[in-house]
Amino acid sequence: MDLLERFAAGDLDAFEALFRQHQREVYAWTVRIVRDTGAAEDLTVETFWRIYRARQRFDPAVGNFRAWARRIATNAALDHLRHTRKETELPEDLPDAHRDDPAAEGELRGHLRRAFLELPPKYRLVATLALIEDEPYEEIAGAVGISPALVKVRVFRAVRMLRRKLNSLGWEVTAK
Amino acid sequence: MTDKMTHPDEQELRAFLKREFPPVVTELQRDLWPRILRRLDAKTPRVPWFDWALVAAVAAMLLLFPSVIPALLYQL
Repeated sequence: MDLLERFAAGDLDAFEALFRQHQREVYAWTVRIVRDTGAAEDLTVETFWRIYRARQRFDPAVGNFRAWARRIATNAALDHLRHTRKETELPEDLPDAHRDDPAAEGELRGHLRRAFLELPPKYRLVATLALIEDEPYEEIAGAVGISPALVKVRVFRAVRMLRRKLNSLGWEVTAK
Repeated sequence: MTDKMTHPDEQELRAFLKREFPPVVTELQRDLWPRILRRLDAKTPRVPWFDWALVAAVAAMLLLFPSVIPALLYQL
């Protein structure tokens, strides 16, 4: 019986071996989404806990453990984003400012940051991976469990939400 | 507001976001297996020995005195 079969059968040693093979990769993936090392460690533990509980649903004959673990890690990270979503309100108005004014640009960046943290979690997740981490749409699609086309749609909508939010504050943001 | 800012386009949005959310350290700093073990232990319910003794005593009583079963059911 190979490692995956023993894991699926509930062998704790096999689970430990798989954990040691994949913990770093799961952590690295998770921390790029949540951008918090402590939370990423907690989520790595949560991910492997979910993996252990779901072991009987894993088919060692056809299953790809790495892809399965990444999908579960992504779901755990999404749950985390849902629970920690920022609810801060952006101000109604901003002082007039110009692009070449460093203070104004700093202000724009601050508002952009908050607007990003306020994105609905499923959009924030794909936007983080696509826009900040430059992860290919196919990789994101596999991790989230949606099609690459839907990833593209979510990224587009996330950018549009950011633009609208900033436009509503008087910062004109357009697409090329 | 009278003045509108000129236009960070999508590439600028990316650049802004990358500056606001700089790369994170993706190297795991510690082994997390002990935490997994603690979690596994914590989630395994442990039944105290006296609970098992109580269950055994009740089972023995029902076997020795089956006539009390209707009375017990009536009380339920």
